[in-house]
Amino acid sequence: MQRSGSLAPAARVFLRNWLVYRRIWYRSLFFGFLQPFMFLTAMGVGLGGLLVASRAAFGGLDYIHFLGPGLLAATAMQVATFESTYPIMNKIMWGRNYEAMLSTPLGTRHIVLGELGWIGFRLATVAAIFLVVLTIFRITATPIALLAVPVTVLTGWGFSASLIAFTATQRNDLGFSWIFRFVINPLFLFSGTFFPLTQLPAPLQVAAWATPLFHAAELIRGLILNRLDPATAPLHLLYLVVFAAVGVALADRNLARRMRA
Amino acid sequence: MPAASDALVRARSLTKRFNAFTAVDGIDFEVPAGGSFGFLGPNGAGKTSTMRMIACASPVTSGELRVIGMDPRTDAREIKARLGVVPQIDNLDQELTVRENLEMYARYFDIPAAVARQRASELLEFVQLAERAKDQVEPLSGGMKRRLTIARALINEPELVILDEPTTGLDPQARHLLWERLYQLKRRGATLIITTHYMDEAEQLCDRLVVMDKARIVAEGSPRQLIDQYSTREVLELRLPDADRGRRNGQLDGLADRIEELPDRTLLYTDDGERALDAVHARQIPVESALVRRSSLEDVFLRLTGRTLVE
Repeated sequence: MQRSGSLAPAARVFLRNWLVYRRIWYRSLFFGFLQPFMFLTAMGVGLGGLLVASRAAFGGLDYIHFLGPGLLAATAMQVATFESTYPIMNKIMWGRNYEAMLSTPLGTRHIVLGELGWIGFRLATVAAIFLVVLTIFRITATPIALLAVPVTVLTGWGFSASLIAFTATQRNDLGFSWIFRFVINPLFLFSGTFFPLTQLPAPLQVAAWATPLFHAAELIRGLILNRLDPATAPLHLLYLVVFAAVGVALADRNLARRMRA
Repeated sequence: MPAASDALVRARSLTKRFNAFTAVDGIDFEVPAGGSFGFLGPNGAGKTSTMRMIACASPVTSGELRVIGMDPRTDAREIKARLGVVPQIDNLDQELTVRENLEMYARYFDIPAAVARQRASELLEFVQLAERAKDQVEPLSGGMKRRLTIARALINEPELVILDEPTTGLDPQARHLLWERLYQLKRRGATLIITTHYMDEAEQLCDRLVVMDKARIVAEGSPRQLIDQYSTREVLELRLPDADRGRRNGQLDGLADRIEELPDRTLLYTDDGERALDAVHARQIPVESALVRRSSLEDVFLRLTGRTLVE
């Protein structure tokens, strides 16, 4: 195995996804704008307007300022989840794209890196559009908010790599509904996206603290509102780096095992 | 180090096991450069497992395998760069067009985009799909998809092309067109490895072949040699009235070199089928229908394994 040439072959896998995506990019960007815009109008402006008396609970913020950045973290998780379940399953089993790629000099490691590169690109565009929406709502504080883009990508890589690792072990799509119901939805609702963890009963607070989405939400919120806590921010970042690194190692191992059977 | 032999693929005690199941049980073979080499056998004989090991898609459990002089265990990338693979089940990219399928695949081989474009055009001509270049893959017929898959397998100008049951599931017309293209490919000097469970395909396409059954190789040679060695020149096929079954005890004895009883017919192996049929009539054995034909690989397979190829 040539170690030097890992990125160029991975770039071909990225290129293949781009070839498909370039037919629908405008639709993707439009929905990338519409979704947060509607969410922030309904829940931030509409619902948030009723929560003026509760500003203290949101750290002295308007609700929409609390919600907006948290929603970006949750969106990173959702996009990564969507891109790493059915499409990956399709390329493993139904469409057999990976089998075809592996008949060429490409290996499973190039596939994992190429897919993650692609998901990283998608997440970067999602985050950039999201920042535009947040700026329209006057939520972004300083240019430091731009750092939320790489953190969004990192968050997505963690979820994406973990789910590629999971998908590579599945023989049908039944496991996905289990993942959506019992992992993704609870994380979406209880990881400090919509309300502070302090609202949860103590044991659940601890559980929520252990989840990756909580750390992503805290870090992204700190960057966008320029309220980063220097004591906890490195820990949040470290958590996300470890989450992504473990995910990539598992994805690499599981996909290699699956395709060599 | 001098080359051990001129063989493009060489296997010694090649074995593939999946847990307790042995898919390929210590086979030996050599595929010479040039011409086409067949693996004939029923489903489950171990043909696809052998192809997957040659194509570096599945690790060798034990034994030795050399492909273009290299070891799939250590040189997979280098070997794959010089192989073309046509898998049993289509794996074209459903989200790309016909032309994009070829050009993207070329990029996986690190072929520059301009070269990829030119080769794609040539190959689309070769497989007679030029006018479908801009179409999506899905609406293509089974035969067209197969031809596109073959074109894709040729994009890196491979020294060795592996075709795993290239015509399974195609209608006769599509099969004949495909055979003709494969014949042209052979004439251009490519080496082909073809697996099939169709004896007519093996006879049409293969210069040499091995017959596989139950994970082992049971015979090897050219189609002609195998027929000469394991069968007679002609075969008399008889359909006898069902009521006579079991009461026949020895009625047909001495009429042929060998007699095979199949569920629906009785095969008499002899060098002169017409004379054998005359003898059947002379003995006043009731016959529903009779057919004299030349021996085929099907008969070789029946002789070697006691079973028919396609059940």
